[in-house]
Amino acid sequence: MSTIVSLPDQATAKLPAKSFLNQEYGLKSWLLTGDHKRIAILYLISISFFFVIGGVLAGLIRLELLTPPSDLMATDTYNKVFSMHGIIMIFLFLVPSVPATIGNFLIPLMVGARDLAFPKINLLSWYLYVAGGIFVLSAMVLGGVDTGWTFTTPLSTHYLNTHVVTAAMGIFLAGFSSIFTGLNFIVTVHRMRCPGMTWFRLPLFVWGHYATSIIMILGTPVLAITLVLVALERTMSIGVFDPTKGGDPLLFQHLFWFYSHPAVYIMILPGMAVISEVISTFSRKRVFGYTAVAFSSVAIAVFGFLVWEHHMFIMGVSQYSALVFSLMTMLVAVPSAIKIFNWSMTLYKGSITFETPMLYAFGFLGLFTIGGLTGIFLATLGMDIHLTETYFIVAHFHFVMVGGMLMAYLAGVHFWWPKMTGRMYPEAISKTAAVITFIGFIVTFFPQFLLGYLGMPRRYAAYPADFQVLNVFSTAGASILGIGYLLPMLYLPWSLIYGKIAGNNPWQATGLEWQIQSPPLTENFAEIPIMDHEAYDYEWLANKTQHEVQTVG
Amino acid sequence: MSHISPVLWEFLVHWLKNFAIFPPEASTIAPYADALYFALVGMTVTGLLLVMTMVLVFAIRYRQERHPEAVQIEGSTLLEATWTLIPLGIFLVFFVWGALLYFRVFNAPPNSMNIYVVGKQWMWKVEHQGGQHEINALHIPEGVPIQVTLISQDVFHSFSIPAFRVKREAIPGRYTTVYFQATTPGKYHLFCTQYCGTNHSQMIGWVYVMTPADYRAWAAENTSGASLAQNGERLFASMGCNACHSGNASARGPNLANVYNTRIRLTDGSTVVANEAYIRETILNPSTQVPAGYAPIMPTYQGQISEDGLIDLVEYIKTLDSNYRIQQTLNKSELSSAQASTVGVGKTPPPQGAAKP
Amino acid sequence: MDSQSIATTPEELDRSVLPHAHEHPAFLRHHFEDVGQQREAASFGMWVFLLTEVMFFGGLFCAYLIFRNWYHPAFVAGSNTLDITLGTTNTAVLICSSFTMAMAVYSAEIRRRGQLILFLVLTIVLGSAFLGIKAVEYHQKYVDHHIPGLDFSIQEFVHPSNPKAIPLAPDMAEKTQLYFFLYFAMTGMHALHMIIGIALLFIMVARASKGAYTEGHVIPVENFGLYWHFVDIVWIFLFPLLYLISRYR
Repeated sequence: MSTIVSLPDQATAKLPAKSFLNQEYGLKSWLLTGDHKRIAILYLISISFFFVIGGVLAGLIRLELLTPPSDLMATDTYNKVFSMHGIIMIFLFLVPSVPATIGNFLIPLMVGARDLAFPKINLLSWYLYVAGGIFVLSAMVLGGVDTGWTFTTPLSTHYLNTHVVTAAMGIFLAGFSSIFTGLNFIVTVHRMRCPGMTWFRLPLFVWGHYATSIIMILGTPVLAITLVLVALERTMSIGVFDPTKGGDPLLFQHLFWFYSHPAVYIMILPGMAVISEVISTFSRKRVFGYTAVAFSSVAIAVFGFLVWEHHMFIMGVSQYSALVFSLMTMLVAVPSAIKIFNWSMTLYKGSITFETPMLYAFGFLGLFTIGGLTGIFLATLGMDIHLTETYFIVAHFHFVMVGGMLMAYLAGVHFWWPKMTGRMYPEAISKTAAVITFIGFIVTFFPQFLLGYLGMPRRYAAYPADFQVLNVFSTAGASILGIGYLLPMLYLPWSLIYGKIAGNNPWQATGLEWQIQSPPLTENFAEIPIMDHEAYDYEWLANKTQHEVQTVG
Repeated sequence: MSHISPVLWEFLVHWLKNFAIFPPEASTIAPYADALYFALVGMTVTGLLLVMTMVLVFAIRYRQERHPEAVQIEGSTLLEATWTLIPLGIFLVFFVWGALLYFRVFNAPPNSMNIYVVGKQWMWKVEHQGGQHEINALHIPEGVPIQVTLISQDVFHSFSIPAFRVKREAIPGRYTTVYFQATTPGKYHLFCTQYCGTNHSQMIGWVYVMTPADYRAWAAENTSGASLAQNGERLFASMGCNACHSGNASARGPNLANVYNTRIRLTDGSTVVANEAYIRETILNPSTQVPAGYAPIMPTYQGQISEDGLIDLVEYIKTLDSNYRIQQTLNKSELSSAQASTVGVGKTPPPQGAAKP
Repeated sequence: MDSQSIATTPEELDRSVLPHAHEHPAFLRHHFEDVGQQREAASFGMWVFLLTEVMFFGGLFCAYLIFRNWYHPAFVAGSNTLDITLGTTNTAVLICSSFTMAMAVYSAEIRRRGQLILFLVLTIVLGSAFLGIKAVEYHQKYVDHHIPGLDFSIQEFVHPSNPKAIPLAPDMAEKTQLYFFLYFAMTGMHALHMIIGIALLFIMVARASKGAYTEGHVIPVENFGLYWHFVDIVWIFLFPLLYLISRYR
């Protein structure tokens, strides 16, 4: 069982005459489209916009923390900046990042369908996202919100004078956008698979998104009702979360984290889904332990709902319930470990090349391993006492969210860029960008682990001078990281016009999406395909290519 | 070195001096926490090295130039079992280890010295048993087990002393506790780590660990003249609590002598331990947990007594070991009714400045 | 739920590659292979949506259970001020509307346009009757000063007019605000679902009169039926929790 796969000669590749991009022209044809691929592009543009805003806010945070006193901005301004950074990055970038763009584009292609099950709901979900984004932006323009992205009561309900309700409304709408995306994916995976596409022939990308969708539909409504209660409590001064009126502030924490912990799996599972595809393709090898990787995604989604209280270990919850939640958190870490080992073993006896997506995937493996294992620090009850609410937490979740998810997102965008646009990104500069991002990331966030163990609290506009050196490192790293993110924003649009023509299958990948033209037809497939082989079957691909060479030549 | 400009040199020296990467160990908990930390760091480094070695070795050994033919491998149940069970085993070890430490930090030994801390936007108000009040400072003797009882009077705060490796949320409306025993005299950071509004980053202070002798001297020098229980006694009298809780058989309220830490039967048949939280709750929401045999006639004191006042009352009720003490209060209430008005609602403790390390 | 195909499908694309494109019924959207797939997808999607609705109401039920345990006397007293006659009538009205809705689905399946419109209109009437009765109840609460945040008064609970009621201490009486807030939040959220449902019903009546659902395209009626029954079931939980538990005998 061995296969040689060679990359096709791209010199002869031509752009197809007809594709979803040139099917229709004009703004209206985009804004009223039902095509999942066009909606994915709309999402790509809008989340990039919010990523830039969130990134600029992150830069402001790091600049303020260059020096110990709050000299660049007043504490109030700083509080608004980090709150908006959190809200925008989490609800408007990370949650929709991979699912709404790459997932939206690929899931129908991968299961062999012409579109998602409900194209109009898909479009509606984009409009809800945009409406949510407008609410959040208007909250920012009107003067900002300083609750932190966690909206902790009673601070958010009775002690702040900022635009809490506007921001909460934005998150509410973005939440429904996420619910509809999840609903569409679940129905599509269940009901729209092409003939022969059994559950265990689905690419792992689809398994990852299926698990994500479960969390989206079960978790997000709880966040929605919680935000409604916060808004009502604020406007009508009801006391559900207010202890002086008989309410319980911890109830808010429970309801909020019931969504917001699973939400971190909404953010990471699609990233893992991308990594499975990228590593398999550039090793020319089936993913090691396919079923283990598939089921570990579902296991993460299920266990992810049973660990929320680990955000509250020091908040006066029962010590015995803390035991249970600590144990469950240890269990949810295991499927992630399984995935990491399976990806590593996929490389074994592969035939590996190092294109940009693969470099990002390697970055993901390293950074996510650190991010995941430092999660064990926080799941360990006694250690959590010292580390929680410090920069250790900040470093941990940035390793998972930025080091993990953003690396995976960039890997995915580069990997499927030829499929989405029909053109290649420039390889040399994008490899440089990947390396810069990796270095910048380490320099930015590794010092924060040390700061956390030193005890530097998070969300501090001013800090004691002892912490300055590490903060300077972090800020310096952030400027490197900024360059790393700026580069793709420049060369990817450039490649739309000047990039090399990609051809159908530039990576010689096995997925159904690579067997059709790039960019695809509006209908995706001229004829609905029949799946007659396993996922990641490079034998099949080699035979097919050989056959094509013979018939053409 | 003479080539370096003096400004830059000074800058570098300043930086290196401040280049701390490890907090001081100043409590009995700290070495245990650090041991756990290093074990976890060890696990992380091992795991990372394992993954990075696999990735790098395979990436180099099986790069396309050297290994043009990929060998398709389905998977291996044995390997899957290995890397499921071994991480699980390691994680479970940390679970048990961490749980032991957690129970230690949050369950103080019975002989601990109790200090109350009230969090408010944006300061820490510390109340010692002997009536010493401090703001954003905490003086403690070394070698004495200390339990800090925390409560917030507005939003969530979090009481963090990194050098002791302890932290606990101060929650509006309920008491939480944290325990530590300082080992090394010195001055350590005290932070609020839960985001609490505009001046969150200014809600910081110092913990002064002193030798027992120094501490006694400090306590004697800084006492406000009345212990918490004495303040509570005055408040008890001035709020008229003793009108009903007079300790007589015919009294309308239960006898409070020796009530602390006993099991009380409630009207609905359940029982509850009369701890600090219960005493506080019955002052604010008296009809939620009414002792059996009494009518829910006590008025609420919600909004009438500050958190500091509640602490005083709790401490006073804790000291009531006989009817005789209540009778004393009864007598005293007539004498000191003039004085009492000074310690009523919204009393703020006098700030204690110029603390010595 | 109209039968529009993918907007971007060009007419000139050679249809010959899409097998049997011309044989499709008009309501089959082009990304589905056949009517069966479309029907299964739509109904499965509806069930998944109802699952999210369960989680949405779940947060409120969770808050209700916690506060009921904490402030049991206040919840009992609050519950007893509700008008059980109106509540029971409303339950009956809603169950009848579920019956008419089920009959509407059946009528669509047996392709009887007139009958379908009749039952849809009956459902609208019953749904509106429910909202009307609810409005009467809300108004009564307003008159009694039992709307939290709107001149709320604990008078009734400290000195109850009902001889069977146990007077509450003022601090416990304050907690009835939590009961009434949850009452308004839960029934209000339920009423909002009813209003959305009735709006959809009007659209469906208009469509049905043009024969949209009686030519084999039953999915929209069927899915709306699921939604309507779900809203009904939520009330079946709300009614005992808010009205019936701990009535004075």
